[in-house]
Amino acid sequence: MNAPVVPSRIWNKRAQARERRLARVAARLGPKLRGRIAPSDAVVALLEEAIEAGDRVCLEGNNQKQADFLALGLTRVDPARIHDLHMVQSVLALPEHLDLYERGIASRLDFSFSGPQAARLAQLAGAGKLNIGAIHTYLELFARYFVDLTPNVALVAAQAADRQGNLYTGPNTEDTPVIAEATAFASGIVIAQVNELVESLPRIDIPADWVNFVVESPRPHYIEPLFTRDPAQISEIQVLMAMMAIKGIYAEYGVDRLNHGIGFDTAAIELLLPTYAESLGLRGRICRHWALNPHPTLIPAIEAGFVESVHCFGSELGMEEYIRARPDVFFTGPDGSMRSNRAFCQTAGHYACDMFIGSTLQIDLAGNSSTATLGRISGFGGAPNMGADARGRRHPTDAWLRAGREAASDATSAPRGRKLVVQMVETFREHMQPAFVERLDAWQLAESAGMALPPVMIYGDDVTHIVTEEGIAYLLLCRTAQEREQAIRGVAGYTPVGRARDRRAVAELRARGVIRRAADLGIDHRSASRDLLAARSIKDLVRASNGLYDPPRRFRNW
Amino acid sequence: MERLHFSFEGGTRRAGKGPRIVGVVASGNLEVLIEPRPEVSACTIDVNTAAVGFGTTWEAVLRDFFERHPLSHVQISINDAGATPAIVALRLDQAVEALE
Repeated sequence: MNAPVVPSRIWNKRAQARERRLARVAARLGPKLRGRIAPSDAVVALLEEAIEAGDRVCLEGNNQKQADFLALGLTRVDPARIHDLHMVQSVLALPEHLDLYERGIASRLDFSFSGPQAARLAQLAGAGKLNIGAIHTYLELFARYFVDLTPNVALVAAQAADRQGNLYTGPNTEDTPVIAEATAFASGIVIAQVNELVESLPRIDIPADWVNFVVESPRPHYIEPLFTRDPAQISEIQVLMAMMAIKGIYAEYGVDRLNHGIGFDTAAIELLLPTYAESLGLRGRICRHWALNPHPTLIPAIEAGFVESVHCFGSELGMEEYIRARPDVFFTGPDGSMRSNRAFCQTAGHYACDMFIGSTLQIDLAGNSSTATLGRISGFGGAPNMGADARGRRHPTDAWLRAGREAASDATSAPRGRKLVVQMVETFREHMQPAFVERLDAWQLAESAGMALPPVMIYGDDVTHIVTEEGIAYLLLCRTAQEREQAIRGVAGYTPVGRARDRRAVAELRARGVIRRAADLGIDHRSASRDLLAARSIKDLVRASNGLYDPPRRFRNW
Repeated sequence: MERLHFSFEGGTRRAGKGPRIVGVVASGNLEVLIEPRPEVSACTIDVNTAAVGFGTTWEAVLRDFFERHPLSHVQISINDAGATPAIVALRLDQAVEALE
């Protein structure tokens, strides 16, 4: 019998497409292209030949580092040739990122966080110029780069390249490895902008054979100092909440491996470790291992010997020399500079930390929290990866087991652990905006933007504790939705949600230890003073670092 | 600006002698002045606030304060530069502590 005739299939279409694109670039740039190195004035031509209409393009917009020169170049390609791009990028930070849609170059977007562009993004989406696939967490988006959102072309940023095209990404490595890997190993094209071309690199972060083209940018890539909080702006209420969190949660559960969100609430905790936590005898018992950006406010705790290790998502401007001088604490290369990695640090925060604590804008009666507000599509970033119980986790720690025991409603069920997910908010934000609401703005935003899901940052069933100036709600001890609601109302202060509490139910929860006030924790709230902060100004942080921390100009007032 | 006036009767603790100022007026902060007022038995509280429309919130904060500290023969003046209720309650408690 003869075998059926099968038409021969082509198995390397992607590789052929890459060869086609490389040949086009070589033809258009001619002698301007030297190996992998293209001159900056050829960037538009390079992009026009390397990219094809309808491509999926990953433009490296990180939380901090931005491939801004390539972003600008992309806005200048001919939209008659290059159009309908599907952009995949973790952060939309620059106006150019949205100019692409106004110019008809890109039409579809999958992303994680849009911070400063949130309002314009909402406008463009509303006007139909931009079709949002989904809003992701960082890890979730990175995961899809390897499944169904693999880029055809990646535009990344590095500190330096050598003549072969090896890249040095330096302290702000951030997303570059995950983007380059997903693209290079799927026969895509990787184009890097670099601040400088050098003869030899301090270390190689991305090998040259993953990189197709290198362009020297006329100016260094933009980096935003996102994680610097001036201790001078920390209020006494934040000191009080930090004292309660340290005594009522960190000490109570023995939290030794953790992630802090960004903000003054958690900065206050960092600055109370060498003072208040030290006075409670907690050094060596809590806060030794961190998944955290290099927060300047962590310097006093590091110097006091609280902190043993910190792995970082990104870096922070001004912290470079301090980090270089503390290689036992930070992950540094043989050259001495730090290597961050957002994908690995997000994984660490999800699986290897026992606690996430962070602030939010709104919390509802089920404990759902959201930073979405009307007219702004701001996205998630990484918080949901930290602020979610890791149900795939299997290794035990005391803190995790204790939280699991407390959360178990049935003593006969299999022992389970539980991540501590703590939301920390003052009951009123600026301009008397209540942090506790009956209904999150996220619901209305979802309805008006036609989203399948309301953009909830942390789901209520993941939240184990809420800390406010009125006390701590130990939500993991609640057994019914009604108990949970009253526990939340019972720490919601003078907000309408707080004033609508059932006073008797709240008193019962307090008697059971589900709600604890400062006094219940042995804290005199009147003792909450800024004098407890290990640093009360940016200058104090510089002093604590022995002059190694070099704050950006905007944070210097001396 | 809004001016609010509250008066709580039935207090059992008389304030001490001199006036007390606690806190400073600054962004998100406020000033509290407590003065003995021998001629009136009530605890009277005058509020000058930058935020308009929060009368019921102030009443709830000050009523709880009076429950914690049932003062009599006292006049309390509050100059608020947009402080949150948490700061108001803390400053009041600190002011009373300073009285004692």
